[in-house]
Amino acid sequence: MKTKKLTLNKNTRMNFVTYGVVIVAYVILQTMVTTGSISSSLKGMLVPICAYVVMAVSLNLTVGVLGELSLGHAGFMSVGAFTGVTAALALQGVVASGPLRLLIGMAVGAVFAAIAGVLIGIPVLRLKGDYLAIVTLAFGEIIKSLINNLYVGVDGSGLHFSILTNKMAMDEIGRIIINGPMGITTIEKLSTFTAGFLLVMVTLIIVFNLVNSRSGRAFMAIRDNRIAAESVGLNVVKYRLMAFVTSAALAGAAGTLFAMNYSTIIANKFDFNTSILILVFVVLGGLGNMLGSIIAAAALTILPEMLRSLQDYRMLIYAIILILVMLVTNNAQLKSLFSRIIPHKKEAADNE
Amino acid sequence: MNEKKRMNKAKMVPVPSKAIIPERDIDKAPILECSHLGIDFGGLRAVDDFNLTIGRTEIAGLIGPNGAGKTTVFNLLTKVYQPTRGTILLDGMDTAGKTTAQINHMGIARTFQNIRLFSNMTVMENILVGLHKEMTYNALTGILRLPAFFRSERIARERAMELLSIFGMEDTADAVAGSLPYGAQRRLEILRALATNPSLLLLDEPAAGMNPSETAELMENIVKIRDTFNIAVLLIEHDMNLVMGICEGIVVLNFGQVIAKGTAEEIQSNPTVIEAYLGKQQ
Repeated sequence: MKTKKLTLNKNTRMNFVTYGVVIVAYVILQTMVTTGSISSSLKGMLVPICAYVVMAVSLNLTVGVLGELSLGHAGFMSVGAFTGVTAALALQGVVASGPLRLLIGMAVGAVFAAIAGVLIGIPVLRLKGDYLAIVTLAFGEIIKSLINNLYVGVDGSGLHFSILTNKMAMDEIGRIIINGPMGITTIEKLSTFTAGFLLVMVTLIIVFNLVNSRSGRAFMAIRDNRIAAESVGLNVVKYRLMAFVTSAALAGAAGTLFAMNYSTIIANKFDFNTSILILVFVVLGGLGNMLGSIIAAAALTILPEMLRSLQDYRMLIYAIILILVMLVTNNAQLKSLFSRIIPHKKEAADNE
Repeated sequence: MNEKKRMNKAKMVPVPSKAIIPERDIDKAPILECSHLGIDFGGLRAVDDFNLTIGRTEIAGLIGPNGAGKTTVFNLLTKVYQPTRGTILLDGMDTAGKTTAQINHMGIARTFQNIRLFSNMTVMENILVGLHKEMTYNALTGILRLPAFFRSERIARERAMELLSIFGMEDTADAVAGSLPYGAQRRLEILRALATNPSLLLLDEPAAGMNPSETAELMENIVKIRDTFNIAVLLIEHDMNLVMGICEGIVVLNFGQVIAKGTAEEIQSNPTVIEAYLGKQQ
């Protein structure tokens, strides 16, 4: 009975450390913002960092916990961004409160991304490994092309849609929201650092509580051994879809948050490179390690900006740092060195 | 409330049952009836015309030389492969068209020849995955941490500890399953299968890689499990001491076909079996 309690504590302890780190980081940064002791470039990155943190944590659910490589995570972000912003803009005259419009936008973004997750998940989750990765990659590209050719407008009678060319017949008060390859050009900047922080917290609560429940154990069981998972009666398709759709929904909300931080947004922003960037956050932070994902997402978003003074050498240095960090964090000798310096890390190092 | 009732109904405190178990209760109400079961892989008849009946609390053995098709039979019973021919009745119900997961829900649990644990999860978590269907709260209840979540998890953890106590493995509950010694991994796999509350337990070479004293302990434990849970056990094993020692009925398979059936004594003196194992006498 004693050991049972210990398991619970060990899991929850790590989760509370993560919550704590996020809250402390928020308090410090928010204080810096109010006192004006933060550089303007860093201040501008606070919301994108929050969005990328949510993206990394949600992708970690698919890649680290469920064990499936998804290369189309930016696709879900894109779906969430465009549907969420459209909803927020369409409600401009209806809902007065800005934060409430942002909340509705994120909810709509999450719902549409979840629907996209179900649609793509049903065929894709019948595949395994590389095939799944390839199809999710294609999904990301399809979404990009689709939105590049999508026209959405709103007028007195409601929303209008058109594809390939702008064929929308709107009355005189009508305005275009999504303008094909131009994207959305009339976004009102509703995203705030506080909103981003809250989304990160909600994401963490959802992911941690899901992972530490029967559903999360099912995800990990399927990851570790699919045949054995089936043999103990797990509905493999159901749980893979559940993890995949949860991940997609969170990415959708993050997409809305991200887009509402700029005045314009285009579909090409959410391309294959973005998917890979998020995957890099996850791999660098450690598969299944949410705190790692958060730190990696924040650090790798700030790093290119900090290297801006190096101009042409910027991406070169960025790549070298990335490689070095990966080498160092996977080095057994360095790990044991860390464990000697920081005693409580010893346990973790021994487990690996 | 409903949940608690379910748990109590299926509560499994490992105490040896006093009930006298009939030696051969095949004919009364068999738990498993296979008839004319067969599967082809391309042109190869891996298993053909396989008939087997197992009594409700019988320990049955499936033996045969390497490549005879023993594990294929297990894979047919658990629908890892869909049989080409024949029917499988589990507790009188046809299992045609069912998936592996549904078969488990119907009452067959199994272990694997090459151990298939959830090796990155702890021992406790492995058992909890086995207890998955006993926990009825949904994902949203889990996310929102509603009272049903805590109640269900607590009951499941207590039951997992009870299961671990069968093999005296309570101390290893927090260990990562993949780090356990080989014998403990085999035992954990059996416990995980038992956690799904089966009526028929399939053991694929449970004694593989065990030394004689471990095997002797395993034999005792298999009988103990049968007596405690009142379930049927079908095992594949190459260790003849184990098979002859505890199996009440034995089926011998060679080249996908049943070549002999009977009690330990009958099998040991059967010339066809001796020929299959040792070759023809010159």
